[in-house]
Amino acid sequence: MSKRIKVLKTYKIFIDGKFPRTESGRYTQLKKDNLTIANVCLSSRKDIRNAVLSARNVFESWSSKSAYNRSQILYRIAEMMEGNKNQFIEELILQGEDSNKAILEINQSIDRIIYFAGWPDKINPIFGSVNPVASSHFNFTILEPMGVVGIVAPEENSLLGLISSIIPVILSGNTCVTIVSEKLPLCAISLAEVISNSDVPNGVVNIITGSKDELAPHLAQHMDVNALGINIDNKELKNQMFFQASNNLKRVVDVSKQKIEDSSFESPYIVKKFMEAKTIWHPIEKDFNSTNNY
Amino acid sequence: MILDLKTKVDKLGVEDRVSRITKRSLKSEAKLQGLKMILSMIDLTTLEGMDTNKSVEQLCYKATHLHQEFPDLPNVAAVCVYPNMVKTASNFLKDSKVKVASVATAFPSGNSSLEVKIQETKEAIFNGAEEIDMVISRGKFHSGEYNYVFDEIATIKETCGDKARLKVILETGELGDYDHIRLASEISIKAGADFIKTSTGKIKPAATLPITLVMLEAIKDHYYNTGKMVGMKPAGGISNSKLALQYLIMVKETLGNLWLDKHWFRFGASSLANDVLMQILKQKTGVYQSNNYFSKD
Repeated sequence: MSKRIKVLKTYKIFIDGKFPRTESGRYTQLKKDNLTIANVCLSSRKDIRNAVLSARNVFESWSSKSAYNRSQILYRIAEMMEGNKNQFIEELILQGEDSNKAILEINQSIDRIIYFAGWPDKINPIFGSVNPVASSHFNFTILEPMGVVGIVAPEENSLLGLISSIIPVILSGNTCVTIVSEKLPLCAISLAEVISNSDVPNGVVNIITGSKDELAPHLAQHMDVNALGINIDNKELKNQMFFQASNNLKRVVDVSKQKIEDSSFESPYIVKKFMEAKTIWHPIEKDFNSTNNY
Repeated sequence: MILDLKTKVDKLGVEDRVSRITKRSLKSEAKLQGLKMILSMIDLTTLEGMDTNKSVEQLCYKATHLHQEFPDLPNVAAVCVYPNMVKTASNFLKDSKVKVASVATAFPSGNSSLEVKIQETKEAIFNGAEEIDMVISRGKFHSGEYNYVFDEIATIKETCGDKARLKVILETGELGDYDHIRLASEISIKAGADFIKTSTGKIKPAATLPITLVMLEAIKDHYYNTGKMVGMKPAGGISNSKLALQYLIMVKETLGNLWLDKHWFRFGASSLANDVLMQILKQKTGVYQSNNYFSKD
């Protein structure tokens, strides 16, 4: 039998549920031992713009889905990943991980999605509150998603780090635009394929590859991005992003100190960081005979 | 009226030319100039059954205070409302340069008697409308009663006299192919339209680049034949700056610089103004903008 010709995958970016090439047409070659393993899009600020636009458009419908439904959809991502395990393992190995570690990382990633998939309908019951006030008001606090969140995923742990950056953000109803690991972008695009096959509405997750130094500032300056979740080692870039984020008072959540591999990462507090508290004073008639003092 | 019923529009040619126009690249300085020009050409429009005096006043307020941070920006050309809102709008705008345009003649269907249409036009003008946007009778047009359509436009034009400029809405979405659009354009122009306008905005498809190009060509031929200028107003569906800039490019390349003026070219749009403001701010600050910081109406 004649030898088969290798079928190589084209790695594109993920915007609005579609897989376009970067608007700029630029590419970089990902090399290992002097062999090209993939052509990766070097995205531009216009890709960021398009991604933010789609994240903004879908925000209302995503955040108004019932929390339970979001939970189901997240669980579905885990299901789809389970079936695509081998592809992720191959890519992790291609990116230089040994096979045991690769298997560990994919399993941990799937488990992490399942962990967070349980949270959407429990965040408000736990972090929301009914507050005691002196006046005749029923006073309560609920947590709401912030809107479009810009994410800069960590350089290492390309899959687990990415999932740990995205899932806690979108579970509460946020949508996101994610700049992924520069050195290790392969899993990110495969994750995008999994997401696009798993009931997540178009635009909730957008994934962009390219130079962080070039792209991250545009995310930080963008007036229509409401918060940032950044995991960056480069101190200069980080400071610059903090500074630029101030132009529309974005909340910046610096995730770089969290230990991604550690199970301590699995906590609802990371979800809360991407939510805004709303307190409502609802006038009521004070019933002085009641022992119930809200 | 002598109509040329034999000449057909070259459909492929029109679409090919449009596809090339959409690929022009604009340098940022030219873009900024274009954006300002677009802003000055907008007919800020509210044509909803739920319009109230207050909502119309709010729109007029917006028209006169487009963005207070940039006082050097031009105002929009006009505010376009239903006839019963003309008084409200003209009272509000009497000290400004923003004109009041009113739709008339049983907008948007146009299905009413000529007497009613004349009366409605008169009333709008009496209440202060400086521009009348009329619709043609598409039913009559499709029955081949071109003379009826012609006479109706001519009558309304007569009613407008020199008090108001007349824009004739063809409602291209209901006309069918380019040949019909071209024919309707010719009828309107010959009947005395000051402007021809694509759509009411109530029917999809509304304005598109190829349709506008067909109408611009009709204007051009009329200009070459008679030396008289007629204005153009695409309306409906133009909600972003990029598209609006493409319209400007098309006007410039088809009719020339003379038409690059709010006296001869308008955009009928409700949400375009905000997008243009956002793009102007983007050009000036280098930062992508958010809808949240611009008033909706």
